[in-house]
Amino acid sequence: MDKTFAIEALNLTKYYGETLAVDQVNFEVRRGEIFGFLGPNGAGKTTTIRMLSGLSQPSAGAIRVLGYDIGSEIVEAKKGFGVVPEYSNLYGELTAQDNLIFAAQLYGVPRQQRKRRAEELLETFGLLEKKDAHFATLSKGMKRSLTIAAALIHNPQLIFLDEPTVALDVVNARSLRSLVRELNRRGVTVFLTTHYLEEAAMLCDRIAILLQGRIIVIDTPDNLKQRVKAEHACEVRFAPMPTEVMELEGLESVYRVERSGAGFRLYGESMPDIVQAVFTYASQKGLEIVFISTTSPTLEDAFVQLTGIAPEVMLVEKGVK
Amino acid sequence: MWKDNLRGIYYIALKDMKTYYLKPPAVSWGIVFPVAWILAFYLRSPQDFEKLLPGLIAMTVLFSTTAAEAVVINLELRLGSLERLLLAPISLPAVLLGKALGGVIFGLIMTGLVTSSSILLFRPQVNMLYLALILLPSLLVFSSLGALLCVMVKEVFEAQTLLNFPRFLMIFLCGVVYPISAMPVGLMHLAYLLPLTYTVDGLNYALGINGNINIVVDIILLTAFIPIFIFPAAKLLAKRFA
Ligand SMILES: Nc1ncnc2c1ncn2[C@@H]1O[C@H](COP(=O)(O)OP(=O)(O)OP(=O)(O)O)[C@@H](O)[C@H]1O
Ligand SMILES: [Mg+2]
Repeated sequence: MDKTFAIEALNLTKYYGETLAVDQVNFEVRRGEIFGFLGPNGAGKTTTIRMLSGLSQPSAGAIRVLGYDIGSEIVEAKKGFGVVPEYSNLYGELTAQDNLIFAAQLYGVPRQQRKRRAEELLETFGLLEKKDAHFATLSKGMKRSLTIAAALIHNPQLIFLDEPTVALDVVNARSLRSLVRELNRRGVTVFLTTHYLEEAAMLCDRIAILLQGRIIVIDTPDNLKQRVKAEHACEVRFAPMPTEVMELEGLESVYRVERSGAGFRLYGESMPDIVQAVFTYASQKGLEIVFISTTSPTLEDAFVQLTGIAPEVMLVEKGVK
Repeated sequence: MWKDNLRGIYYIALKDMKTYYLKPPAVSWGIVFPVAWILAFYLRSPQDFEKLLPGLIAMTVLFSTTAAEAVVINLELRLGSLERLLLAPISLPAVLLGKALGGVIFGLIMTGLVTSSSILLFRPQVNMLYLALILLPSLLVFSSLGALLCVMVKEVFEAQTLLNFPRFLMIFLCGVVYPISAMPVGLMHLAYLLPLTYTVDGLNYALGINGNINIVVDIILLTAFIPIFIFPAAKLLAKRFA
């Protein structure tokens, strides 16, 4: 049994009929790590979690979780991890406390410890006052918290969180993130999915960016930001506005052009070169530059750059190096 | 491993009992329907009601177990909470057995009430051993049949509708309202393929009326129906989450 990895996925592939939801994905999650799967809607994040947690069968590939083969030793593996699904799905008819106790029963928490463990978790998640309230009557945020609490009832070594902060307000999302960090400090390995880049950057030791079922890149948030910094952007508006984007694209030292509001955003490696090229272009064409500014790229830009996703019209791709 | 599974089966059934037994679809199809049907038969012919008792008890088993399955399975399929059970360290067949046990207990309560009150009221000759040996596998058979059909659809009402086909088919063919011996040969053959036939026949023996098969054959065949329903149900459930 390999002690260094909590999760190993090898050529993981999933077809739903003709749809290729996950396409030969390879990654490892180290024990003690917070690992994030970042991707837009439909990228295959949930599908991956479902396969890793044994809920659905991969079409191809191999998975080991906590050293167990998911195909043949799934029940043993399940004792060591907890899963928080995309939708909070506890039992509406049971109270907050009874939901936790039922989870404890299912996971084989010894009888004497069930109630204490449930109370601890209610306390941790600030739900002690709601312990006798039916799950159905809780607010969305409380439901999310209780669903996470239920996944922790058996003190798992690894937890899967599918979009943990979705539908939470800023305050709740923040406290949830600090809770995840706290769990991690206590040694729990965390695998989470999100489509908030900021969230992934704040929480994760490493991020895998997933797009259309494929991993585009796996790296630390710092390294990812580093990559973006290497690309500079210059926003410019002309009068009159050129109608052909192609010409701008053709400029040397500019390797990508996006429409941005009333103007253009030009990306390139060297800011002085871009600015130089813009002025030369303007004087050649007899255009006036009414606005020019250099913008430092946001994390969203990084994501856009790495995944290439944005509405087609907005983005003119030009073989990014 | 088997310990985990047994624990799972027990707690799933227990939770379903607490959570779902009083849900409207369980009450209407599992309690109100059989009771109303029984009263209707009694009011029509109180004098030979005793002869109808085995059939009516069998019908109670059929409706109560299947109605409960629709609730314990489809409410959770729809809300996605069934997934929680499949994520727990329990095998999928054990999850399904837990669900089936939920139907068995509901059926046992209903059938127990109907049977004991009829025995008190009409005082037929009862063979308690036969009664238990027929009712137990029957509850399991129809609960499993319910599970099998319920995992095919998503919504509770869809499940109840789908269940009505085998329910009414069996009520009319299996000797509940019309004796099998008086049926045309073709229908008779069909009746012998349906499990309720053996429940009705076995209950006839248990309540001092002569059946026309054999109590031991009834028990064996009923038991054999359980895996025929429960294994495909587990397969279908697994496929649903593939
Ligand atoms: N049960 C299913 N049957 C058929 N196709 C499915 C099923 N589940 C997912 N898919 C498809 O697989 C692809 C990946 O879906 P998935 O739910 O994994 O995406 P996701 O990254 O979790 O998206 P989101 O951010 O919207 O939750 C999508 O194209 C989706 O339509
Ligand atoms: Mg998802």
